[in-house]
Amino acid sequence: MVRFILTKLLYLIPTFLGITIIAFGLVRILPGDPVLLMAGERGVSPERHAQLTAMLGYDKPLVMQYFSFLGRLFQGDFGNSLSTNKPVLNEFLTLFPATVELGLCAIFLAVIIGVPVGVLAAIKRGSWFDQISMTSALVGFSMPIFWWGLLLIIFFSGYLGWTPVSGRISYMFYFPNVTGFMLIDSLLSDQEGAFKSAVLHLILPAIVLSTIPLAVIARQTRSAMLEVMGEDYVRTARAKGMPRRRVIGVHALRNAMIPVITTIGLQIGVLMAGAILTETIFSWPGIGKWMVDAISSRDYPVVQSGLLLIAILVMVVNLLVDLTYGLINPRIRVK
Amino acid sequence: MSDISETNVPVKLSDAAIRRRMIAEFWFYFRQNRGAVAGLVVFILLVLIAIFAPLLAPHSPTAQYRDLLLVPPIWQEGGREGYILGTDAVGRDILSRLIFGAQYSLFIGIVVVSVALIGGTIIGLIAGFFGGWIDNFIMRVMDIILAFPSLLLALVLVAVLGPGLTNAMIAIAIVYQPHFARLTRAAVMSEQKREYVTAARVSGAGNLRLMFRTILPNCLAPLIVQATLSFSSAVLDSAALGFLGMGARPPAPEWGTMLAEAREFISSAWWVVTFPGLAILISVLAINLMGDGLRDALDPKLKRS
Amino acid sequence: MKKLLIFASALAMSTAVAEAKTFVYCSEASPEGFDPAPYTAGSTFDAGAHPVYNRLTEFVKGTTEVEPSLAESWDISEDGKEYTFHLRQGVKWHSNDSFTPTRDFNADDVIFSFERQANADHPWHQYIPGLTYEYYSSMSMSELIEKIEKVDDYTVKFTLTEPMAPFLANIAMPFVSIVSKEYADSLEESGNMAALNNAPIGTGPFQFVNYQQDAVIRYKKNPDYWGTAPLIDDLVFAITPDAAVRLQKLKAGECHLMSYPAPADLEAIKADPNLQLDEQAGLNVGYLAYNTTVEPFDNPKVRKALNMAINKEAIIGAVFQGAAEPAKNPLPPTMWSYNDAIEDDPYDPEAAKKMLEDEGVTDLKMQIWAMPVQRPYMPNARRTAELMQEDLSKVGVDVEIVSYEWGEYLSKSMESGREGAVILGWTGDNGDPDNFLSVLLSCASADEGGANRAFWCNEEFSGLLSEATRTTDQEERTKLYEEAQVVFKEEAPWFTIAHSTTYVPMAKGVTGFVISPLGDYVFDTVDIAE
Repeated sequence: MVRFILTKLLYLIPTFLGITIIAFGLVRILPGDPVLLMAGERGVSPERHAQLTAMLGYDKPLVMQYFSFLGRLFQGDFGNSLSTNKPVLNEFLTLFPATVELGLCAIFLAVIIGVPVGVLAAIKRGSWFDQISMTSALVGFSMPIFWWGLLLIIFFSGYLGWTPVSGRISYMFYFPNVTGFMLIDSLLSDQEGAFKSAVLHLILPAIVLSTIPLAVIARQTRSAMLEVMGEDYVRTARAKGMPRRRVIGVHALRNAMIPVITTIGLQIGVLMAGAILTETIFSWPGIGKWMVDAISSRDYPVVQSGLLLIAILVMVVNLLVDLTYGLINPRIRVK
Repeated sequence: MSDISETNVPVKLSDAAIRRRMIAEFWFYFRQNRGAVAGLVVFILLVLIAIFAPLLAPHSPTAQYRDLLLVPPIWQEGGREGYILGTDAVGRDILSRLIFGAQYSLFIGIVVVSVALIGGTIIGLIAGFFGGWIDNFIMRVMDIILAFPSLLLALVLVAVLGPGLTNAMIAIAIVYQPHFARLTRAAVMSEQKREYVTAARVSGAGNLRLMFRTILPNCLAPLIVQATLSFSSAVLDSAALGFLGMGARPPAPEWGTMLAEAREFISSAWWVVTFPGLAILISVLAINLMGDGLRDALDPKLKRS
Repeated sequence: MKKLLIFASALAMSTAVAEAKTFVYCSEASPEGFDPAPYTAGSTFDAGAHPVYNRLTEFVKGTTEVEPSLAESWDISEDGKEYTFHLRQGVKWHSNDSFTPTRDFNADDVIFSFERQANADHPWHQYIPGLTYEYYSSMSMSELIEKIEKVDDYTVKFTLTEPMAPFLANIAMPFVSIVSKEYADSLEESGNMAALNNAPIGTGPFQFVNYQQDAVIRYKKNPDYWGTAPLIDDLVFAITPDAAVRLQKLKAGECHLMSYPAPADLEAIKADPNLQLDEQAGLNVGYLAYNTTVEPFDNPKVRKALNMAINKEAIIGAVFQGAAEPAKNPLPPTMWSYNDAIEDDPYDPEAAKKMLEDEGVTDLKMQIWAMPVQRPYMPNARRTAELMQEDLSKVGVDVEIVSYEWGEYLSKSMESGREGAVILGWTGDNGDPDNFLSVLLSCASADEGGANRAFWCNEEFSGLLSEATRTTDQEERTKLYEEAQVVFKEEAPWFTIAHSTTYVPMAKGVTGFVISPLGDYVFDTVDIAE
């Protein structure tokens, strides 16, 4: 097992270096000039332009810029944002909990709905429940979520007035930031209604973000269950007269969960992509929206370090998924 | 079980006959999936709409009727005859734009899938066939691309290449091709050990011939399934890019771009927001339904169950 | 017991929340920081300069006239080069957890606030690495101000290198907000210099409380404010970038006032019984700048003909949803010296077509550049370009619409020899006509680094402008600017599109909000009816 982990980790090193090269390289060939963007409609004189470019270090050769970027990375310095002058890592860490909170809730929704629906659909294969749920899953899977989010806002916030339109909590509540997770902080704050407000703010974005993972998980669970239920040992167990419920609960479900867990892990990348759209629509102060803004304002340090941090995150999660997979499925370790 | 033993009957058949038989078999399974057939019908309709757009559309997609701004759909109060789904902010007929928009969506899907499929397949073939450090290097590069969330990477790529439809398609294709490369590589590696490959090698087939004529046709099934999946994702992702202002240029009636332009009317003119999104949803759904059917019909493992 | 106490204090807090008057403003963007000097965005000034700080002079609410603020009065020398400011006494600085002021506002603070921007060696010039002072440098303040002297604790003398008519208006702008030297010193001692930008201390009507990035900014009323105390107790900025979402929040009662509504929503806002809508002509202009140095656009008659081919009313209707005034001059009508006697070119495609033929221009192909972003003077450039494209096709001109990323758009549109006409605009900084005409149309600004995107260099026009800055007599200046506008209209370097109207939707019951022609959102006089 240790060897398995070590090999996996070893593989990460070249990948990590590759990621830094791509993050750095892509950002440097971005057209557009942050100095000009700062000046706006007003324009900037050639001298001043040269001065500012030099100050930001963009006049040096690219290779040198890359190595100084890498060098600073190893000291934990991800650079400063051009628009706010704050350290990129600080901004990332401030906004990250918002994205994690949203992502976790979305995954939670997707799993608690998706897995039971998938199992039930598999058991009642061909029934109206199976057909309806799998059709809905496919609709969810095909959903342009930015449009879906707009529709939900129009209906639930605009027409019914049930949920707030955007943000993480009502301005009425103000309490110290302990964990960065609004749901937990609002409970800790002991203020009446704060938790409810946080939940109401979270619910629509979480639904929108969970739409695609939910569909994928439901479909994956169903097909994994079907496959497992067709396996010999399940058939044998049934044939031996083990109660159906027990067969499904003990044997089939446990084995079917292996590919499902992988699927859940793989949804992290999907979630990040979804977070970009969801956060943009709901003005959710997370890293998805932060990245979109940084790209459009050509905030080089934010785009490159943001890309890097997000890629590392996805990499780590994938590694964890691999490891979990290795734990529950010993066969893979031999490979 | 019976059908498999049937195909295994050792009767010498001509290539054409085998092919005909495969297609017939495929169609037999595909037809059993009602959703897939429905998807196929909608998809064919979509293709027809795209091809005959100039004949079907009641108006030009770019003609602006200046005195008919934001006219609601015909069934709603204030609707005008001849503008079934209403008009947009500069008085263009929404139905006509949606009809012409079908051309864009299909075009995007076809281009993205072809580029990603061809690029990814070649890369995967090379990696799987040669193995060793080439394989290692290529697969690390693919890992790196996959480490970035697809939409984020596409967004940065479009920013690098400049906003516009062509660049959006290139960016999406680049982001998609690792999936094809991985699939091909895995298939090649498993096929390579089969007897027919060894036989071909022994009979003196060259590397290229081995790769493309011998091995590739036998890994087609997963690639086709992945291609349909990518087709629908491409339509979705290009719409998302359009929505974020990085897609097609005006006055192109691309659905995502229409939606982005309509965003300011979310609370005043629901029809300009609703219909483009619905068009995206319906076409993506149709393609996905079709993809499901394809997978079921092509994947022998699921056939048994 | 402890738990009980916490509960009791929470209860006390929640009742306090219920009683205090909290005003919530749905703003359109996050501030870049709270120090107004290094930044340029309006959202930054709304969050920092206006609630927290004051300046020597300030604009009278709702106008571009200058009035005394931290400077109670001033004397100007005969030659117009020396300004002596007499400072207000007894002005208290805010305090926060880490800083309690020991003295009132005085001349040291004024000098500190200017020097830190002017002098690159000043310890506070780069208190955050990478800071730049774009307004200070682009308004040429360093070249203009020769020296600043402290006469006594409450008198400061500025010596200019040349007489400058708009100087008093320049120092009313947010970038020269007065910051506390004592606070800066204490931060320098504790090594937390970035706090000047994160935890601002000012003299303004509101004290900064807290900022949750990209979400909420909180302020509380400054109890010791030297001016008229605010009527509300707490001020909250709820940052909401999407216009449709801002409106939803306003309708849902989640905020009391919002900025920049989508033009499409104006009708619905007017019809909503729970909302009220204030409006004022904006101090801005949107335009289409031809490149007057390339054929055939170097011919004023061709430019005139194209101007006559474009239906301005259609743009105002479809893009601005009527929320704008058609523009005939480069200056907005709310600006003094606006020449109302000028007649706009009529919309006449037939005549335009004939004019083009007379000039031997047939089968003309051109580009129109549409900017990718929404600006106060132009809600949707793409749509404007589409309308122009359709109009021009009717006179036989084939238009291709191009767009670039915003930064690239700004730089490429200033490259000499640029192909095509560019949609762009301008919002006034300080209410002086020079801030429009010189910046956008003079010979000097047609060079690299300028903002004259028509590359239009007309000796007569530029001569009139420079004569006007040397004069301090307003009547004289008015005449010169009026004349310049006549030259502009004859030469037609631009198709002037519109002056967009500023609309501010707010909840019924909100009173005391005054729209600023400069686009500022200031809340020291607002109140909410119970």
